[in-house]
Amino acid sequence: MAREIEFREALREAMSEEMRADPRVYLIGEEVADYNGAYKVSKGMLEEFGPRRIIDTPISESGFAGLGIGSTMLGLRPIVEFMSWSFSLVAADQILNNAPKMLYMSGGQFGCPIVFRGNDGAGGQLGSTHSWCVESLYANVPGLKMIIPSNPHDAKGLLKSAIRDDNPVFCLESERLLSVKGDVPEGDYVVPIGEAVIHREGTDCTLVGFGRTVYFCEQAADELAREGISCEILDMRSIRPLDLDAIIRSVKKTNYCVVVDQSWSFASIGSEVAAEVHAACFDDLDNHVHRVHNDDVPAPYSHDLEQEMLPNARKICEAVRSVTYNA
Amino acid sequence: MSTTETANHVVENTVPVPDPEVLKSWLRDMLQIREFEVRSMQAYQNKLAGGFLHVYNGQEAVAVGCIAAMRHTDPVITAYRDHGHALARGLDPKIGFAELFGRIDGCAKGKGGSMHFFDRNNSMFGGHGIVGAQCPLGTGLAFATKYTEEVIKGGTSESVTACFLGDGALNQGSVHEAMNLAVIFNLPIVFCVENNRYAMGTAVGRCTASGNQITNRAVAFGMEARSIGGMDVIEVYREMKEIVDQVRATSKPYFVDIDTYRFKGHSMSDPRKYRTHEEEQEFEADDPIEKLTRYLLAQKAMTEEELKSLSKQVRLEIREAVNWARQSPVPDISELHHDVYADTWGDYTGTSLPGYMNPATDEDAATGEASNGS
Repeated sequence: MAREIEFREALREAMSEEMRADPRVYLIGEEVADYNGAYKVSKGMLEEFGPRRIIDTPISESGFAGLGIGSTMLGLRPIVEFMSWSFSLVAADQILNNAPKMLYMSGGQFGCPIVFRGNDGAGGQLGSTHSWCVESLYANVPGLKMIIPSNPHDAKGLLKSAIRDDNPVFCLESERLLSVKGDVPEGDYVVPIGEAVIHREGTDCTLVGFGRTVYFCEQAADELAREGISCEILDMRSIRPLDLDAIIRSVKKTNYCVVVDQSWSFASIGSEVAAEVHAACFDDLDNHVHRVHNDDVPAPYSHDLEQEMLPNARKICEAVRSVTYNA
Repeated sequence: MSTTETANHVVENTVPVPDPEVLKSWLRDMLQIREFEVRSMQAYQNKLAGGFLHVYNGQEAVAVGCIAAMRHTDPVITAYRDHGHALARGLDPKIGFAELFGRIDGCAKGKGGSMHFFDRNNSMFGGHGIVGAQCPLGTGLAFATKYTEEVIKGGTSESVTACFLGDGALNQGSVHEAMNLAVIFNLPIVFCVENNRYAMGTAVGRCTASGNQITNRAVAFGMEARSIGGMDVIEVYREMKEIVDQVRATSKPYFVDIDTYRFKGHSMSDPRKYRTHEEEQEFEADDPIEKLTRYLLAQKAMTEEELKSLSKQVRLEIREAVNWARQSPVPDISELHHDVYADTWGDYTGTSLPGYMNPATDEDAATGEASNGS
């Protein structure tokens, strides 16, 4: 039975259901217990699972991320919440050196079944240090998986997959989406990691998005539809592994492709997708792949500047018009 | 009975000196580590081993004494100068050499190298290359034993983790974060600082505030701490036994400053210009292996003949281990994409345990041979 719940509730359901099913799963992070979660994602979980499994930490990302990783070496399956992925930078050595490389460096002896999750990307006027989009930076590292859900249904299904996965999974959420509501089935289901979904069918141009950018793509597609351009929106959902087959299928149909990525453009997921599409769809493309990114600047505080920085609908519309001019 | 000055008070150590047979096994363990390192340096010079090589000569009493005070299931984790701990834990030296030589029979199938000796069967959790980064992991091991024993099994915490670090790691933030977490979560962990007086080439006094009394760091966190000598394996064991037993009973962390000395350089490329030859000679005269040997001879627990025979036996074992490891094949190129992910997708081919940890496969192979022969 599906009912409409918020994104944050979907995340909570995923964690709670998995914790009921598996005593090895625990949640650790800043303000996850007594405070009910800085963004209320873990609200009520302390009450149900108690302080041994819902664990408040000091402001000490390197310490508690490393603690979580160490505990996987003895079979536990932690969920580590970063209040913001921006704060994960101080734990970079633990999450990039230890988690994704442990299996390899130990010759298969110690895997690292851990989930790191939290808010990623610009919130609302938080300034540069709190507005990190870590996806392009972290997706560069082999050994980890990365999911970026755009809606409550996928958030619950993907997070459950992540908790059951035997590899480290980075789950990037957006503060701007936590209150978004959507239909979510009650009880158990999973969304497999590595499978994109067609968010909206179209015929003239493929828009590749993930997470919050799917909403920017929607706005742009609405506007372009009024101009007679039919966009197909692909919601990638997972970044590692990336469902290239889904992109290729769509591009072979539309012959045009625009990638929308909320991180910076240089050496990014956007550039990766463009390179792969150029290689796989060389004979199918009627123009080169266009990319829409955050502007190549630190995130500003001022509201209007921040909105302009984002890969917003206006920029996507301009890119689609530009790429399809010869259609 | 020895008396130790701790950060807080003077304690009388009541742990008895073990039987001569136990002491002889420790002598054997220390000789094995020393010989392993001598051969490692040789292999490095012969280009059989590559990368970085950090040898443990001079510090043998620390790993052997500390690990003797623990149960075999108690987790051990350390930094990159890790051969001694792995061997003291029970890693077969031939598996260690195979790892150094980058061969498939190594403990990490040749993917970890000198700095990443892992051995799950012997509760050895690495071998970690970034200074101090093993300390948060160590708190995770202690967290996991306590969580498993108390939350999952509903019993009481009974394991103790030994997390080794060097004096150089004391200035890493992650170490301080780990110590804070260990205290606030009441984790059963002993932070064993192998204070060999140099952070690479920088003397502890030049880089560490209150470096003359590093237990001050622990006191600041409200953690019990003491300083002990690290060149006498009996002393290390007796002090650590008391500490480990206390941590097992109280489930509160402990910090121990172990005074030791690195006879060789930081790594193989270290000309050691930051310390004098006289200083080195002074500490070499305090060799932990010679110290235990003298003790055993004086106690008439061992004869000169027995000592010679033991040394010879160890030298032979290590020579055979080197030869065995040299025969081990280099990993197949397909190993490049193996062990990146636990599962299979795209270029990644899933994972498997090193051969020596998989007795089922060995048995199958043995059975296969037998049936082929019949």
